[in-house]
Amino acid sequence: MEIRVVVDPVTRIEGHLRMEAIVKDGRITDAFSTGTMVRGIEIIVKDRDPRDVWAFVMRVCGVCTSMHGLASVRAIENALDIHVPYNAEMVRNIMLGTLQSHDHLVHFYQLGALDWVDIVSALSADPAEASRIAQSLSPVNAKYTPWGENSPGYFADIQKRVKKFVEHNPTNNLFSTNRWCWGSKLYQLPPAVNLLGLAHYIQALEFQKEICKIQTIFGGKNPHPNYLVGGMACAINMQDPNAINMARLNFVQEIIEKIQIFANEVYLPDCLAILAFYPQWTHIGGGLTNYLSYGDFPLGHYGDPECYQSKRGIVKNRDLSHLEEFDPVSLDGLQEFVNNSWYKYSVGKDKGLHPSIGETILDYTGPNEQFEWLGGDKPYSWIKTPRYKGMPMEVGPLARVAVNYAAKNDLTMELANKAVATLSQYADKFNGKPCGITLDSLFSTAGRILARSIDAVEASEYLAISFNKLISNIKSGDESMFNGSKWEPDSWPKDCKGYSLSEAPRGALAHYAHISNKKIANYQMVVPTTWNGSPRDPMGQHSAFEASVIGTPVAGFAPDSPEMALSIIRTLHSFDPCMACAVHLYDENGTVIHKIDINTPQ
Amino acid sequence: MKQKTIYDELKAKGYTRREFLKFCGIMAAMMGLHRSGVAQIAEALETKPRIHVIWEHFQECTCCSESFIRASHPLVGKILLELISLDYDDTLMAASGFVAEAGKDAAIKENYGKYILCVEGAIPVGSYGYCTCAGRSALETFKHEAEGAAAIIAWGNCASSGCIQAAHPNPTSAKPVHKIISGKPIVNVQGCPPIADVMAGVIVYYTTFGRLPELDNMGRPKMFYRNRIHDTCYRRAFYDAGLFVQSFDDENAKKGYCLYYMGCKGPNTFNSCGVMRWNDCISYPIQSGHPCIGCAEPGYFDQEPFYRHIPSVHGIGIEATADKIGAAAAVAALAGVSIHAVVTNIQKRQLIKNEEEFPVKKDEVDGN
Repeated sequence: MEIRVVVDPVTRIEGHLRMEAIVKDGRITDAFSTGTMVRGIEIIVKDRDPRDVWAFVMRVCGVCTSMHGLASVRAIENALDIHVPYNAEMVRNIMLGTLQSHDHLVHFYQLGALDWVDIVSALSADPAEASRIAQSLSPVNAKYTPWGENSPGYFADIQKRVKKFVEHNPTNNLFSTNRWCWGSKLYQLPPAVNLLGLAHYIQALEFQKEICKIQTIFGGKNPHPNYLVGGMACAINMQDPNAINMARLNFVQEIIEKIQIFANEVYLPDCLAILAFYPQWTHIGGGLTNYLSYGDFPLGHYGDPECYQSKRGIVKNRDLSHLEEFDPVSLDGLQEFVNNSWYKYSVGKDKGLHPSIGETILDYTGPNEQFEWLGGDKPYSWIKTPRYKGMPMEVGPLARVAVNYAAKNDLTMELANKAVATLSQYADKFNGKPCGITLDSLFSTAGRILARSIDAVEASEYLAISFNKLISNIKSGDESMFNGSKWEPDSWPKDCKGYSLSEAPRGALAHYAHISNKKIANYQMVVPTTWNGSPRDPMGQHSAFEASVIGTPVAGFAPDSPEMALSIIRTLHSFDPCMACAVHLYDENGTVIHKIDINTPQ
Repeated sequence: MKQKTIYDELKAKGYTRREFLKFCGIMAAMMGLHRSGVAQIAEALETKPRIHVIWEHFQECTCCSESFIRASHPLVGKILLELISLDYDDTLMAASGFVAEAGKDAAIKENYGKYILCVEGAIPVGSYGYCTCAGRSALETFKHEAEGAAAIIAWGNCASSGCIQAAHPNPTSAKPVHKIISGKPIVNVQGCPPIADVMAGVIVYYTTFGRLPELDNMGRPKMFYRNRIHDTCYRRAFYDAGLFVQSFDDENAKKGYCLYYMGCKGPNTFNSCGVMRWNDCISYPIQSGHPCIGCAEPGYFDQEPFYRHIPSVHGIGIEATADKIGAAAAVAALAGVSIHAVVTNIQKRQLIKNEEEFPVKKDEVDGN
């Protein structure tokens, strides 16, 4: 018998995601991923001053805030052939590393943890046991001092606070204590590990505030710090309190050290300890077999991918011994399809278009009143479907780890090997039997979560390296932060095109810009969650969300039960979906053509 | 059974009286209250039960929620999570799907007429399908939830004035909260995003006094949006002295001079950035060398280019030369610059302009 399952809203993500699935014989056999919100930011940036676009597109997303700003200034600089000063490249790296560290941490604790950590069980845990476990988790990198705050008293205190919080309002609170499936067999952690997770949930909520202060120093605020075409606006002056000076830099350094300690001593060990109790999830949720990463964190000019600390390339068929090249300009390489999206193309709905010549016309054909089921037999999402040479790709931290592993990035190889070995050792020990965890286990729901914590450690390293490079460059006497040679629009060519490829926390991010007569003629973004969360393409191939959810065991769960929802969102959360980023649209001619034969509400 | 007050709960959670009063003090200072305000807040928290909050996300980027969780003082952050009963927030809550929606329905029913509806994001009215959640359009959901709300907090520029999605040509016909319903108290907490501590301040004010803070005629709480950034900017002295940055990263930029010529919208923008600053008082855009882009003003995306300076008021005392600026406004209008950007150089005129543009009914802004 076939049953239909809907999860909408998928919570603890950025934005609006709906997941429909079909269950047969206790397994999910088909899935439909729907982005349910559209804004039209590419239409809005048309005819604007290219130097302003970063501020517009940054509002695509406030979670990976700053990312689209960075991608935008890079794309505009690429179009106008501007090289930014070395200091500005390093400050941008620092902003990016800060974002990735922040975003991954918030995802793991605030957004993802409640899929695995049972809050109610934590309330009955023995704080002394939680403290013992916390202290026994071996640090991944011995060079860092322990984080501290792991005493029994600390855990007892957290437990007491949350208990009161939950008891006051058991039905309606953030943890939905009376409604969610706490205590279900899906939650497999012992009480003390649940308490460890809960305590660090609260600790992380405090610590994340510290992390973003780095962006505030260089960008003035967070969320949504400021960028600048041609460099960065924060001038350096060691002799003045009104600029980036030694006091500011020392403050940044202090936070970077804390980030490294947290990533190495809290986040990664927690991740390993928690996942070790869920060995079966290293066999669920693998999904696609191709992985794409654009690379980032340049140590020189951004236009030269050779100098990137995180590497660019494609891993096909999970073959980590081989890396393929990505070609950003070939018109039949990167393409977006709209056959299952609420848009249409002048060249026909089944054709794909390269972002530099793409077009989008809003074509909403979905229901016009409250609906129960969208199904996949007609267009069902606001997300377009990107493909590379016709192939679906997974992007994100797992893709970064895979690509860098294949590119023989020493840091990645060392971290990934060590993390997988530790996970295997913990899992065998905690479960009392060999769990068979190997490097291939990374290609799974659990592996994706582990890859993100590896990526967080890497990002914190690139952050520290970039900071040191900045300091030594300033020491050598270079205080330049801005290249103003092409600031004035009169110095621009009449018509030019540019693009940027960056690594956002959620994966590969491309911006394509066309500037004509000093204004934006065309702007397009191909965003990580567009890759991962899109509907199927004309060949019927699934994108990553759908492919990964298919096969999930859900035997015995009612369609509207929390257990059913939990089984699905565990895999979805492993991608850290960002729907606001995924959905956007543009039109070459700047006109929105509504083809909606409906009674438009109001 | 006597309902537990906030103070009872804090006590039970192990906060000391001293910590409690310290929190009240921070909040009073933040809201610019007189010293007696501390006692007022303390009394309210000692006697009032927690308020129920439903937090909705429509067309938005979640920057408001992200800002909210960065509330600077740790005590403020902690208490905030416990001060209100956050019954529904799809960014943070554990439950998903049916269970989440069922929880929301129950909360609305149980607290009908008493809960606060927080809205993050604009609401598209162009088509049913532009923003749906649980198979229902944002517009339907919003109207349903607004009906039972005691008051509505419109977080950020999206909910207050439409922000990015409402910028020209507004492809989805996105609208802010106050353009969709009337007859409810609405507070517009402006900014993209609002400063975390401002968000905290608005919530504490409501819990303390049981009504919305005093609002200006754009529905913004006066305590945070009374002044232009220009009025409280630490670089104001350079402006008055005629010392300006002429190009990014020039000698004057390195000395932190005024960013007026780089396009700073501080003279047009009402917000507390200069006083409260961001992320625990670390900085604000101008302090980090970038001109203010005016993100707390309605329609700021349609006032670009961001790097063109607002019409010449170079080196003059603002209030003294109102006439001159009025004349400049006419010229600027000819040059295709929005009148709004210019006229608002003067606080008084801003208010007049606002009234023309956003007539707000008294019962919408009045807390009672």
